[in-house]
Amino acid sequence: MELKEKLVASFMAFEDQVDVDAPVHDIRTEAIKKFEVEGFPTKKLEAWKYTSLNPVLKFDYSVFPKTEPKLQYGDIKQYFLHDIDTYKIVFVDGKYSSYLSQTTHDGIDVCLMSSALTKPKYRIIIENYFNKAAKNEGLSALNTAFSYEGAYIHIPKNKLVDKPIQILHLATGTETGLMLQPRNLIIVDENSHLEVIERHQSLTENPVLTNSVTEIFANKRAIVDYYKVQNDRQSASLIDNTYISQKRESHVSVHTFAFGGKLTRNNLNFYQNGERINSTLKGVTIIGDKQHVDHNTLVHHQQPNCESHQDYKSIVGDSATGVFNGKIIVDKIAQKTNAFQANNNLIVSDKATMNTKPQLEIFADDVKCSHGCTIGQLDESAMFYLRSRGIPEKEARALLMFAFSNDILSSVKIPEVKQRITKLIAEKLNVKLGFDL
Amino acid sequence: MLKIKNLHASIDDKAILKGINLEVKPGEVHAIMGPNGSGKSTLASVIAGKDEFEVTKGSILFENEDIQELDPEERAHKGIFLSFQYPIEIPGVTVTNFIKTAINETRKAQGLEEMPANEMLKKIREKSDFLEINRKFLSRSLNEGFSGGEKKRNEIFQMAMLEPKLAILDETDSGLDIDALRVVANGVNKLKSKDNAVIVITHYQRLLEYIVPDFVHVLHNGKIVKSGTKELAHELESKGYDWIKEEVTA
Repeated sequence: MELKEKLVASFMAFEDQVDVDAPVHDIRTEAIKKFEVEGFPTKKLEAWKYTSLNPVLKFDYSVFPKTEPKLQYGDIKQYFLHDIDTYKIVFVDGKYSSYLSQTTHDGIDVCLMSSALTKPKYRIIIENYFNKAAKNEGLSALNTAFSYEGAYIHIPKNKLVDKPIQILHLATGTETGLMLQPRNLIIVDENSHLEVIERHQSLTENPVLTNSVTEIFANKRAIVDYYKVQNDRQSASLIDNTYISQKRESHVSVHTFAFGGKLTRNNLNFYQNGERINSTLKGVTIIGDKQHVDHNTLVHHQQPNCESHQDYKSIVGDSATGVFNGKIIVDKIAQKTNAFQANNNLIVSDKATMNTKPQLEIFADDVKCSHGCTIGQLDESAMFYLRSRGIPEKEARALLMFAFSNDILSSVKIPEVKQRITKLIAEKLNVKLGFDL
Repeated sequence: MLKIKNLHASIDDKAILKGINLEVKPGEVHAIMGPNGSGKSTLASVIAGKDEFEVTKGSILFENEDIQELDPEERAHKGIFLSFQYPIEIPGVTVTNFIKTAINETRKAQGLEEMPANEMLKKIREKSDFLEINRKFLSRSLNEGFSGGEKKRNEIFQMAMLEPKLAILDETDSGLDIDALRVVANGVNKLKSKDNAVIVITHYQRLLEYIVPDFVHVLHNGKIVKSGTKELAHELESKGYDWIKEEVTA
């Protein structure tokens, strides 16, 4: 049976497990209908021109894992940022692991989607926010149909959350193949500040496909800094659908560090619903082998006097393929918009491919929009300069690539995240230099 | 130390150097002068090992070893240093990290341990103070946004740190005001010893007031057409290069 048929058929089994009378279930039912009609996106769609899902859809995935694996903290410690205190929401094969997590209800809610969807005290919030930013289409619709578990974070107004929140989705090897569909909902109210680090990690060589949806609502003057660490095994693939709805004067930044996985597709969507909003999208991609990473971004400027800053850098080696498709829409009403987009890419092998496509749709006349993209090789004169100082070719190459990608990190606000990513970049590029990173 | 015999080099099949002969002994300072396009910078790049240029004939011996097959980094490890006419901007790598890497890679190639951190720091302080380089400057990205003078001073700083046997200064005086010129020249003079040598490549005689050469060579159309002592530099300054050209064609 093809994956699509299997998923549609398993929706009935899913309904046995959830409360079909809850209002949320109407949304799920709508969504599965939509998925049944649309199916998985193909390269015929403009937005999927450079990415085929066929290589990851061919496996026989289990959609409801049966066993409950036992993991020790020691086994997975390396996937956490563990040198600072954090809240942790950990899922193992799609199920919440209370043993590995550290949640809270003390003034803020850092807990589970499954509780939020079922407990009466969250009903109003769910009604107001759940699936309000996500689009009912394609893979997001599929996720919505099966939405049940994930992180639920609600920060009431005037709270500076004292430590970052880590969301970790782990996949173990107990099934031959596993499809996961986590659903995260994050609401940050007026004047509050939140930092989140999200990671998907497979612990098996069996194929894992994750189709994740995250909705983030930043209310008036809220600040949200979100870090996505994608450094998974090459047996795992990720489709990340993130929708961010911003109210006036809010600042939201998303940094995506795409180093791993077989196929990674990031659909990152920003909607500006107020004035003087700031949206920041940054990405570092370092891939090799036959890896495929596709960044598909949208910034929709719907109100005047807002800003957006996009800066994505990629280093593509071996037979890997990178894609950047950055869309900026400036509505007619959105005067005085400042929208910047940069996408710079280094191709470091003859077989590597990079596709980059800026799309600007500007309907306002008093705006500043700029975009620039480059695809190139390492600068030979810089290589000669370094080598003439005694730095061998391999190290010189690594040093230049490191310098190229590392400057994205200047906007990372958590020093431990910066250190960790710097180290990852150095590892990826095999930089062993005579100075402390 | 350096023996160049009948050196021919070309780029994209265009001959630039057409039979250079030059011998530099330890303790000597040689100046290479000549009009634009005469091949001065090419000569410097070929000695340093830039592979854009193809050596078609002749030999380059450094301490009696043929270095033509050596990579630029291997030549650096043997003690050859080129101060660039146009130093490259490398955003994301600080001056300090760059020089540490260069020193430790060189030491590694020579079979030495990495330089201890405190020793490195002491050396960096000493050399930067001497060249009147602000410490803040050392934590900036290499050459990024540096003025012309800062770039050249940074080149000499690297030279001071690496302590080469043979330093080739390619148009180090261009872009320097008189004060910066004096600081840079002092730096070079301080590094001079009976064991090392300097080749100064320049268009003008100005720098040679401060770094006094033992020999002056005039390069024209890929060949050394005249050699002499520092008086030759004065002569070139007053007469220009035209008389040399005329003398050659005559």
